[in-house]
Amino acid sequence: MPSEYFIPDPEGRTPSAEGYFGAFGGKFIPEALVAAVDEVAVEFDKAKADPEFARELDDLLVNYTGRPSALTEVPRFAEHAGGARVFLKREDLNHTGSHKINNVLGQALLTKRMGKTRVIAETGAGQHGVATATACALFGLECTIYMGEIDTERQALNVARMRMLGAEVIAVKSGSRTLKDAINEAFRDWVANVDHTHYLFGTVAGPHPFPAMVRDFHRVIGVEARRQILERAGRLPDAAIACVGGGSNAIGLFHAFIPDADVRLVGCEPAGHGVETGEHAATLTAGEPGILHGSRSYVLQDEEGQITEPYSISAGLDYPGIGPEHAFLKDSGRGEYRAVTDDAAMQALRLLSRTEGIIPAIESAHALAGALEVGKELGKDGLIIVNLSGRGDKDMDTAARYFNLYDTGADATVAADAAGETAEIEGDAK
Amino acid sequence: MSGNIKLLGDTLAAAKAEGRSALIAYLPAGFPTVDGGIAAVKAAFDGGADVVEVGLPHSDPVLDGPVIQTADDIALRGGVKIADVFRTVREAHAATGKPVLVMTYWNPIDRYGVERFTAELAEAGGAGCILPDLPVQESALWREHAAKHDLATVFVVAPSSKDARLATITAAGSGFVYAASLMGVTGTRASVGAQAQTLVERTRATTDLPVCVGLGVSDAAQAAEVAGFADGVIVGSAFVQRMLDADDEAAGLAAVRTLAGELARGVRGSA
Repeated sequence: MPSEYFIPDPEGRTPSAEGYFGAFGGKFIPEALVAAVDEVAVEFDKAKADPEFARELDDLLVNYTGRPSALTEVPRFAEHAGGARVFLKREDLNHTGSHKINNVLGQALLTKRMGKTRVIAETGAGQHGVATATACALFGLECTIYMGEIDTERQALNVARMRMLGAEVIAVKSGSRTLKDAINEAFRDWVANVDHTHYLFGTVAGPHPFPAMVRDFHRVIGVEARRQILERAGRLPDAAIACVGGGSNAIGLFHAFIPDADVRLVGCEPAGHGVETGEHAATLTAGEPGILHGSRSYVLQDEEGQITEPYSISAGLDYPGIGPEHAFLKDSGRGEYRAVTDDAAMQALRLLSRTEGIIPAIESAHALAGALEVGKELGKDGLIIVNLSGRGDKDMDTAARYFNLYDTGADATVAADAAGETAEIEGDAK
Repeated sequence: MSGNIKLLGDTLAAAKAEGRSALIAYLPAGFPTVDGGIAAVKAAFDGGADVVEVGLPHSDPVLDGPVIQTADDIALRGGVKIADVFRTVREAHAATGKPVLVMTYWNPIDRYGVERFTAELAEAGGAGCILPDLPVQESALWREHAAKHDLATVFVVAPSSKDARLATITAAGSGFVYAASLMGVTGTRASVGAQAQTLVERTRATTDLPVCVGLGVSDAAQAAEVAGFADGVIVGSAFVQRMLDADDEAAGLAAVRTLAGELARGVRGSA
């Protein structure tokens, strides 16, 4: 029986044998890691051909993760999006609270098949770290998570979750002390411990086969969403929208729609304080082709190839690189990428919370802000799917500070905001 | 002007003719300043290094341990540029007549332009480049331009490299082969892994190029041990650590000269 939830890319649209999507991808790694990375590629190919792997992963995705994830229509939110119909793909409802678990369970099974006993991972917002710590607890694997020191502070809840699950969390103090540096440190660990350690990479970047493999574990998002929207709306959407940091949730949603030429694939990058300020992490908007963390893609860098420090309010998007398949989608014109500021994302976060009772992750809120724009472009006949890649519990401290919810006068502020917003909603709806 | 690949080959051959290993020192450009870095390279030669690798500091040195990360940070905060790396190569080579290579991650060259980088490195008198994160299968463009400008392409091999791959790598490389003594990043270690000797033997079975061992070698005794089975001994973090520990630049330069002298005796089997 074919797998229902592990749906790797059908033959023919995978990258080249060397891992290239057009001009992007490849395998720029130190010699010490070549054997291990090749082993991952071989093991993944074997797993794809093995019905037992699919059966085991399917069972986990249904009975542990809770797939399929719901597709929720959000009409009160959609009133602010030019009246277009908006559906959310609810990856936030997966076990551990984000899409990350799809990839993690797949790679954790591979780790066991390779006979490795230890897993390392990087994490930005902590969602990949939490998912990895979860899978390691489930499978009895030793687990070390690298996280930038700044991120351990802004995502303290997730640090506690990882430790509760038995993982060691190492705060990385080098460089910009965010996701990029966590990946550097994880690579250093991997080079030294590769004989018994798998690097459970969390996004569709890195050396081949990671961009293709991580995508294949997330393809289920788009396959489900495509089926669900056809059932619910009777047609394909005009746009599929997702936030992009490294790009895993976005490629997961987009991939099944690539052959549907009329479906716009819209990636929302973090513009931070504004692309023009230089304080952003909008890699496809403002970067140039280069090599970071093992593959050629767009990179935020200076004229001498030094990587520049990114900024975003969202720890999960605060990364100066992007998966190579997104670079290919951008250059080929199939994908479109726009930049969303911190402020626009935070307003969208509050709007979804107030209108639909769903608190999104700040990462996902970038996609929601993009949907507000795209909906207005499409008008009342528009139909949009937004990937709600994660839930916002982890972000409550950041959000509370942003909206002054810790103040003694907070209740009055909230009431005033709510009144203002009602007027706004009515205004928009007219 | 052509690069100095021949000088590199002659230098390694001369050491071999003396019945000893060559001493290869690594020092990052721009650390602690550009002029200080140039003086450090000269001090290493003065103390007895046969070859020096000048590091091009990078924002994301994923193969380096904390010591070289710290030096790279200092150099980058000081504003070091690729032009300064070339100036370091030029002045160090001009003052000593010895072979000077550049060791760099790939993205700075990719961004700068392979043609421009190789032309300028050759013009500065450089002997070649060590490219630790450029795998052989991605290296065709580099090798074409390096060959055109008489620059060596030094690839790294690791204990995890399989035999067939070792043959592919050494067939594409020139100058010498950099054998990583252990699985890990740069930094001093209490002992050099036993796997180093095995790797050197496996590498020699595929090539006539000299095989030099790096990673983890920090003192004369380790240098003597490695010299027992390798054509060259590469030392980096130990030099940088001495400079970081020194009270001022003059003391740092003296420490580099002293360590080079100790290591030079080590590679001659008299630790």
